[in-house]
Amino acid sequence: MPSMFIRVDADSSVHSNAELAKKLTEICPVDIFAQNPDGTLRIVEDNLDECVLCDLCVEACPPGAIKVVKLYEG
Amino acid sequence: MRFYEYEAKTLLGKQGIPLPKNGTANTPEEAARLAGEIGGPAVLKSQVLSGGRMKAGGIKFADSPDEARSAAEVILKLEIGGQLPRSVLVEAKANVRKEYYAGVIYDAVAKRPLLIFSDMGGIDIEEVAEQHPDHVARMHFSSLLPLSDYKVKETIASIGVTGGELTGLVPIVTRLARTFLQYDLTLAEINPLAQLDTGRFICLDCHIDMEEEARDRHTALLNELGVKREETRMARPPTPFEIKGAEVDAKDTRGVAGRVVEFDGNLGLIIGAGGGSLTLFDAVRKHGGKAANYCEIGGNPSVTKACELTKLILSKPGVEKIAVMMNVVSNTRVDIMARGVIKGVVESGYDPAEKIAIFRIPGSWEDEGFKILRKYGVEYCDRSVSMNEAARRAVEKVKKG
Ligand code: SF4
Repeated sequence: MPSMFIRVDADSSVHSNAELAKKLTEICPVDIFAQNPDGTLRIVEDNLDECVLCDLCVEACPPGAIKVVKLYEG
Repeated sequence: MRFYEYEAKTLLGKQGIPLPKNGTANTPEEAARLAGEIGGPAVLKSQVLSGGRMKAGGIKFADSPDEARSAAEVILKLEIGGQLPRSVLVEAKANVRKEYYAGVIYDAVAKRPLLIFSDMGGIDIEEVAEQHPDHVARMHFSSLLPLSDYKVKETIASIGVTGGELTGLVPIVTRLARTFLQYDLTLAEINPLAQLDTGRFICLDCHIDMEEEARDRHTALLNELGVKREETRMARPPTPFEIKGAEVDAKDTRGVAGRVVEFDGNLGLIIGAGGGSLTLFDAVRKHGGKAANYCEIGGNPSVTKACELTKLILSKPGVEKIAVMMNVVSNTRVDIMARGVIKGVVESGYDPAEKIAIFRIPGSWEDEGFKILRKYGVEYCDRSVSMNEAARRAVEKVKKG
């Protein structure tokens, strides 16, 4: 089932940056990020609704490169 | 967790409380051999965790090893409360002059252990307390300070027990109370505590429950008694619903969704937090509601855990609505609970606005949680609405349909 509450939008510069992808994989407390075999970023759809809104991912990326969207707002 | 009678007696025997000569048998032949060793009339008792053994035919008397063999054959095949016996306890039949009652429970209101003693044993103590209150003595005692024999003596004497009876009873009752403290028990009861024709006192039947959370502190005793880690030791075997509840809890280590107990009502309960479960369950009953289950959710469960518990409760036939209610939470997040419960309702194919009678979880991240609840049209309230009132509203909604 698709996520109901949270969506994470990461721009292409984040997706293709293996080093950043590794960092995101390490910092997210609920495993929303993973790395593809080639090192690029993969967003784990099944875990999105577990997001605890800690903003660690936002802080780890260049400003505006990643957004955590609350689907229940607006 | 509950002990079988033979285990409870082993524990009391270790503490120096006198018991009839006994042993456990797993076959009719063993029962016959034990009866032979006793060398006189014997009583055979089914070892099940549920009550009502006498009425169900789980207790029989035998005057010879042959009679013991026949009795054991029947008892070992007899289901009581849905349970086959673990074994049969073969015990020397006692010639009883008088029966007493001695019990210790934890009084949660007074927050102290309570010793109860009566000179009318062998029957239900609640019945005695109601019909013959002057035959029941009570004494709260400290769970920290040593318990003196003198205080126990005063308690027993307060209902008129004197002389040799008083002298004989005090050490047994004191040992029972000390056992209660030493092993973190929630119930330690000897009923009847019998005085034999010879004047000696002896424990004829007993019930012992240990605090579930204390199991790890008493592994030596539990190993000695042969109680295995996986044995839940409830008064009845868990239902498939309860087994699935335990699986939901075990599958995900984040937070707790434990102690799922099945009832036959129409209001599913997702309840918890700091004693909230019991308070809310009682409040639902007080307002005439019929709970479909009891549970204890808390400790910041994941969305998945709250979702799976919700799905389980909604899958139970007869559940019309669910009430999601907790005490004020600090370490559990309201928004995560809201997400989990709503997800569970939607994945079960229902409309959260219809299916959730009330959502009353005030505390951390409540503003975020309330945004989610508003979006899905769920009735919610904050801490300005008491748990009692929330339960009343939930019950009313179910009654209206
Ligand atoms: S906000 Fe926190 S939990 Fe959510 S995706 Fe970012 S790091 Fe993970």
